[in-house]
Amino acid sequence: MNFWGFLIAHHQEVLNLTVEHMTLVGVSIFFAVLIGIPLGVLITRVPRLSKAVIGSANVIQTIPSLALFGFLLFAPWIGARGARMAILALTLYALLPLIRNTYAGIQNVDPAVVAAGRAMGMTDRQLLWQVELPLASGVIMAGIRVATVVSIGLATIAAAIGAGGLGEFIFRGLSMVNTQLILAGAVPAAVLALVADVGLGVLERRLGTLKGRA
Amino acid sequence: MDAASGVQHAIEIDRASFRLNGRALVCELSLTVSPGETFILLGRSGSGKTTTLKLINRLLEPSEGEVRVGGRRTTDWDPIRLRRGIGYVIQDGGLFPHFTVERNIALVPQIEHWPPQRTRARVLELLALVGLSPDLALRYPRQLSGGQRQRVGVARALAADPPVLLLDEAFGALDPITRSEIQKEFRTLQTRLKKAVIFVTHDLREALLLGDRIALMEEGRLVVNLPVAEFAYSREPLVRAYVEAFSGGEVK
Repeated sequence: MNFWGFLIAHHQEVLNLTVEHMTLVGVSIFFAVLIGIPLGVLITRVPRLSKAVIGSANVIQTIPSLALFGFLLFAPWIGARGARMAILALTLYALLPLIRNTYAGIQNVDPAVVAAGRAMGMTDRQLLWQVELPLASGVIMAGIRVATVVSIGLATIAAAIGAGGLGEFIFRGLSMVNTQLILAGAVPAAVLALVADVGLGVLERRLGTLKGRA
Repeated sequence: MDAASGVQHAIEIDRASFRLNGRALVCELSLTVSPGETFILLGRSGSGKTTTLKLINRLLEPSEGEVRVGGRRTTDWDPIRLRRGIGYVIQDGGLFPHFTVERNIALVPQIEHWPPQRTRARVLELLALVGLSPDLALRYPRQLSGGQRQRVGVARALAADPPVLLLDEAFGALDPITRSEIQKEFRTLQTRLKKAVIFVTHDLREALLLGDRIALMEEGRLVVNLPVAEFAYSREPLVRAYVEAFSGGEVK
């Protein structure tokens, strides 16, 4: 049986695992956005925190993913369910690009524009929502894109701790020395990553042109 | 503060100093500007002109002395209220690149929650006032020429009809022909609007064209503060140096 034959024969399972995979990634990115963007904004306001925050996010990135999943096995409550662990780990990994891009995006807004807004009597909140975030939105979106693509790849490892997703096929294939099984997990994961990259890239460019279509 | 004492100045700076890390950027500076007056702050880069403007709209607070706007100390004002009553124009307009011309001009009305009808009418009125076609309302700043952007910047500063107007090297980025056009229009505008204007520039010609009074600033201090007609005849060495620098290159 060739690869395509395998996919067709097991399409229901492939589909289920793909949906599971997308859920893991989607939920993690959701949490990462919820935490990362406010943190990125915070360190533009309180610059002395920026080193500590970006540094911590950097350190998290350097923990090998398999090791991080392994540590989490012993965490209370979270360790009880594979999916919870995977989401926590993926969220942690996704934080760095979000924090860094939010920070960089806001720092790169033309200071003259912010100065003009402040001098005209805009409050801090108005400056943030009406000027800084819209002008940084393209760069922030680039962070979301990078985080999503990386998470799709990383999430395949989550199967090692029973979180499901396309990694199931890969690990099963590895233990059975079955190339087709490995490919059945790897190829859809790669396709997902490509689709996410292109789709979010389009969104990013659209946000980029928002700030003054030439 | 002295609203009872007859003459009401729109801006009063009373022996104000501003120090940063022990260095005085503005030193014992005093000046007054009345409604309808265009006061020029002339000086080299780093002489403290922009710092003086920031003391007026309370982006900075004086280390010593007082700055009063509308008879009230800036430190007694709510800074947001104070700034919404002071129009501010910078080089190249400082427009928001992601806002249309209309939204840029409507900035203060919008944050002041004017009804949309009134805002819209005001925007059209201002476009006409600064000599721009209403067709430009939906364009973005990138799609405008430098001169048009600068006019939008002036319109934005005037939107909520503030009594005080601060211009910081406002026309400095324009080509000479456009600059001269805008300068003339600004002068005409000012005779109609009667704002209290402080205009920061390093261009003596601009100062002589637009100003009622000219103050020369150097190292945070006012060297002279004279009516425009007397300025060019001042014996002050620094003024002489300035006048010579400007008349030197050309034969009249």
